[in-house]
Amino acid sequence: MSEQYVLETRNLVKEFKGFVAVDDVNLKIQKGHIHALIGPNGAGKTTVFNLLTKFLIPTRGQILFNGNDITSLKSAAIARKGVVRSFQISAVFPHMTALENIRVALQSFEGTSYSFWKSGASLNRLNERCMDLLEQVGLEEYANTTTVELAYGRKRALELATTLAMEPELLLLDEPTQGMGAEDVDRVVELVRKAAKGRTVLMVEHNLSVVSKLCDRITVLAQGAVLTEGDYDTVSADPRVREVYMGTDSSGERGSSSEASEVEAAE
Amino acid sequence: MSQSFDSTAIHQAILEQQKADARKKMVLNVVLVLLLVAAPFVLYPVFLMKILCFALFAVAFNLLFGFTGLLSFGHAAFLATGGYTTGYLLTNFSGLTTEMGILAGTAVATLLGLAFALLSIRRQGIYFAMVTLALAQLVFFFFVQSEFTGGEDGMHGIPRGHLLGVIDLNNNFNMYYFVLAVFLGCYLLVQRIVSSPYGQVLKSIKQNEPRAVSLGYNVNRYKVLAFVISAALAGLAGSMKSVVFQLASLNDAHWHMSGEVILMTLVGGMGTLLGPVVGATFVVNVEYHLSQGALRDWVDPILGGIFILVVLAFRSGIVGELQKFFKKNLG
Repeated sequence: MSEQYVLETRNLVKEFKGFVAVDDVNLKIQKGHIHALIGPNGAGKTTVFNLLTKFLIPTRGQILFNGNDITSLKSAAIARKGVVRSFQISAVFPHMTALENIRVALQSFEGTSYSFWKSGASLNRLNERCMDLLEQVGLEEYANTTTVELAYGRKRALELATTLAMEPELLLLDEPTQGMGAEDVDRVVELVRKAAKGRTVLMVEHNLSVVSKLCDRITVLAQGAVLTEGDYDTVSADPRVREVYMGTDSSGERGSSSEASEVEAAE
Repeated sequence: MSQSFDSTAIHQAILEQQKADARKKMVLNVVLVLLLVAAPFVLYPVFLMKILCFALFAVAFNLLFGFTGLLSFGHAAFLATGGYTTGYLLTNFSGLTTEMGILAGTAVATLLGLAFALLSIRRQGIYFAMVTLALAQLVFFFFVQSEFTGGEDGMHGIPRGHLLGVIDLNNNFNMYYFVLAVFLGCYLLVQRIVSSPYGQVLKSIKQNEPRAVSLGYNVNRYKVLAFVISAALAGLAGSMKSVVFQLASLNDAHWHMSGEVILMTLVGGMGTLLGPVVGATFVVNVEYHLSQGALRDWVDPILGGIFILVVLAFRSGIVGELQKFFKKNLG
């Protein structure tokens, strides 16, 4: 029964010295879905991500991956099980080339990562797969470019390719379009759509038009707790969602926050 | 996706460049070896050996600092432990050949390095540095109190003995080429480590640790291994030094020494292979020449001034700045 859910949290709680950042969250991520986690700033979205990947330790509650309890595993072990995350700020290795960035990810399955006596050339047989992955995100011509010299949008694309190199079963994307111009956003939407084939994606996203285009199911967080869940139409029609995004005034007056205008734009 | 770029061609170009880089490295290595082989005919061998021992110490430190991103402020402990252990064994057990004493000193320093690493690795940045400093101070006081070290007087008259029981190391030329061989072996080993699969992981940890974790790397284990290798090589440097000078003293265990190796690495260029070698040569020379002249009481302030200058204006150190210069001017 629980097999149809790749990831499940049960009564997940994170407290910071009396402040409850994540309050009794029960998530069920269905296999094959692109699932969005949305909510206003400070709702606890990134904290949930950090709990799922154990960058933070949950105060209470359980995390299940394919029905197995992974609550006590460490970050690195969770990644090796197939739950791989990206970060809000583009997470690349700035002084390595694009190809080396991806190769480090592929290398983690090789079993030679402690081999300090082995020649670096032994890694060259991974290059072909690196080039494949770079091609998937349109970066093959930058294979030998030091990452720090890449434009922001390309760094994010590289980060996605690196994450995909891990062959994750569940992909956790933390605001993949953050800080991007409109063109880049469209490219990332396409990339995520491609990447999601054959896997499950959970993404934090502020841009609601991205969410409406991509996601099968949406969970709305507010003040650390789940406000509502459903597909885009259900969620966007929910007056409580409009309320948390626009403030207490739900009479239809424009809110000043950017999220509010995004809600309108997406409709 | 784009037709104008063929990924096989790009891959070929990358491999070509790798080969070219390897050739360049090879040429540089050969030049370095030739210079060092010829050096004792021009310069005093004992002085050169001093430089080589400190260069090895700095190379070891740089593996941790420059290539892993961990600032240890306790490396003097390994230098001293290697030195005292080797000195004690060679003085008290005449049956031991010199290389056995050196290997034993290195082994004890390696174990101490493992203990340091396990106690400190969970801390980051300044806290990591402080834990290593505190541990090194404990080791320092142990050496001050222990009888076998000779306390404040130090350990004197360590016999150089015979290498493999055959080659007489009391001859400075023999001693020099032995030290040189060990130094070159370690230098090439570090060169290999840095470019190995393991070195790639170290690089990634240094550049973005959370990302390395999210790629499934248990980063603490990689750091512990780097720390242990670094401690082992630092211990080896101390062991060799005690044989060369036939002396092991508290100077090597003092926190000044931990600071000096940071200075050497920064002046030469952290994160470069040759940087610590150049830095050690520079610092040892400055100390030597100043202590001979009228400025002999000003050695520490002058070194301090150099340190400040490097940190403020030449962040990449001598070798790093030269590399930048050549890159800019030679395409």
